[in-house]
Amino acid sequence: MREGGISIWFFIGVSLLLNGALIAGAGIWEVFNPPANKVVLFNLHAGVWWGALLFIIGLAYCVRFAPHRQA
Amino acid sequence: MTPPLAILLSDRLVHLSAVDVVIVVSYFALVLGIGAYLEGRSKTGEDFFMAGREMTAWVAGLSFLSANLGALELMGWAASAYQYGILATHWYWIGAIPAMLFLALVMMPFYYISKTHSVPGYLKLRFGEPSRALSAISFAFMTVLMSGINMYSMALVMKVVLGWPIHFSIWISSITVAVYVALGGLRSAIFNEVLQFVLIWAGALLIPILGLIEVGGWNHLKLRIAQNASAEYTHLWSTLGTFDGNPMGIHWTGIVFGLGFVISFGYWTTDFLVVQRVLAARDLRSAKMAPIIGAVFKMLVPFIVILPGLLGLAVLPLKLTGESAVATNGGHSFNEVLPLMLARYCGPGLLGLGITALIAGFMSGMAGNVSAFTTVWTYDIYRALIHKDASDRHYVAMGRWCTVLGVLISVGTAYLVMQFASIMDYVQALFSFFIAPLFGTVILGMLWKRATHAGGFWGLLAGTLSSVGMWAWVRVDHSALRYVALSPHARDMAENMYRALWSWIVCVVVTVAVSLVTQPQPESELNGLVYGVTAIPHEAEVPLYQRPAFWAVVVGVGFVILNLLVW
Repeated sequence: MREGGISIWFFIGVSLLLNGALIAGAGIWEVFNPPANKVVLFNLHAGVWWGALLFIIGLAYCVRFAPHRQA
Repeated sequence: MTPPLAILLSDRLVHLSAVDVVIVVSYFALVLGIGAYLEGRSKTGEDFFMAGREMTAWVAGLSFLSANLGALELMGWAASAYQYGILATHWYWIGAIPAMLFLALVMMPFYYISKTHSVPGYLKLRFGEPSRALSAISFAFMTVLMSGINMYSMALVMKVVLGWPIHFSIWISSITVAVYVALGGLRSAIFNEVLQFVLIWAGALLIPILGLIEVGGWNHLKLRIAQNASAEYTHLWSTLGTFDGNPMGIHWTGIVFGLGFVISFGYWTTDFLVVQRVLAARDLRSAKMAPIIGAVFKMLVPFIVILPGLLGLAVLPLKLTGESAVATNGGHSFNEVLPLMLARYCGPGLLGLGITALIAGFMSGMAGNVSAFTTVWTYDIYRALIHKDASDRHYVAMGRWCTVLGVLISVGTAYLVMQFASIMDYVQALFSFFIAPLFGTVILGMLWKRATHAGGFWGLLAGTLSSVGMWAWVRVDHSALRYVALSPHARDMAENMYRALWSWIVCVVVTVAVSLVTQPQPESELNGLVYGVTAIPHEAEVPLYQRPAFWAVVVGVGFVILNLLVW
């Protein structure tokens, strides 16, 4: 789907990719540097797997809807 | 800001880390970037106000829902779930799904075939200029108030969660929305709404997932709520047999007829804020599919809004109260339940995404109001009543300036919201003032060819005035509640439901009565506007899985199953 030169889904991919990388990175950092005040269920390391999931989805959208593929 | 609120908001719930700040800032940068990118594609009125009418069903459908995912959906209904239990889900299911399917299958053909640019525009075609003027002015009034609600809610969240000054939050969000809507018009609003929709889910979905893990699943959640509050809090229908048998003080007739019929159908089928997104679809089938796609996600929204509120009842170690009680005794209010749950589960990064989800929700609601206000002001008030024969370029310029003006008016109205104890009830009151009677007028206009210009106008006026009158009556004499809401036990929300129902009935009765004593319109004038005299394209040659009616049935079955699961 393309409502312009760049698809809206590409913008969404960029956003998920960036956010996923930042969240997963922060989550991995906390695994090795646990904070003094932990959130509930800290042991699940939600940031790592949630960030990774967003990163993968974002990457897929960036590739699928890349501007050069839409042109 | 009122002194009680200043006391309430004296502390922050969380501290953002550097990575959280980067996520929030990158969101603002992206929405502004999209607006700047689309500026060059919004030169004509059709582009600026209707997004070129080229949106696919998915984009129109997600935008249709996202425009509704404003402050109320995220903060307000999570608070209502904590306060009233699962009954708040009615606003997502019976209070939305039937109406969205009705819009898709019954009303969309008339909106789309008539090629109107707005709901007041349809009233002009069907009932003449006076009805359009009345509808447009009341809509513009309601819209800027709604936008003010969004701003206030966002500023409140930022104050509570991050300790940001309330004025700073209002201005940052309003300037951002003004810039990207003024630059790219409706196309920019729609693009950003789809982005915001995705971020809302990405940022909010983790709360119910982790919450259910913590309590040990749905059945354990119900047990904990029964211990901490009442078992009634987890039943959707079974407690609605009496007014005083449920936390909301409402009877099932109010939910079914007031919310499920009048308010829901009024909002989802005639509120231009949401209908505008569907009108931007590229063809009739996309326009019909868009509300159905929206309905699927609407059914799922309680998972990220209602469930966190219920989880708050189960897991939060403190008891949340009303804002007035907080002002007196300290503590936290119902409205803070979602940020509290966010802070409970989300560490660095996730917290930033959660805050971004909240901001995105508020900005999508605000942008929806502003873009709808801009179109109605420019086409239905300015061009219709003030400056009829200007160039298309002039109206686009007016639209851009009106966007800025609408945001400024909204900033002013944000402070009005602080005078009301409950944001929810305030908005419901507004709906019943304007939306319920408007639904009566539009539905009669579409389905009854005998309805006349005079009938439409006087019915709409009588319905609106009766609603305002009933509201004022109860404010002056609270015992009037037994007449308006059928019970002295009715709470504010129940009152709003019944007031909407009565105002709709008044509108319909007056429209029918006046129409029957006035000259009917010739059928030639009703082509494309009314059922029975409009040729609606059939879809007999389209495969079953591509037909909107098929998917509407699928969604309808899912809707029934969900209601039965939490009966």
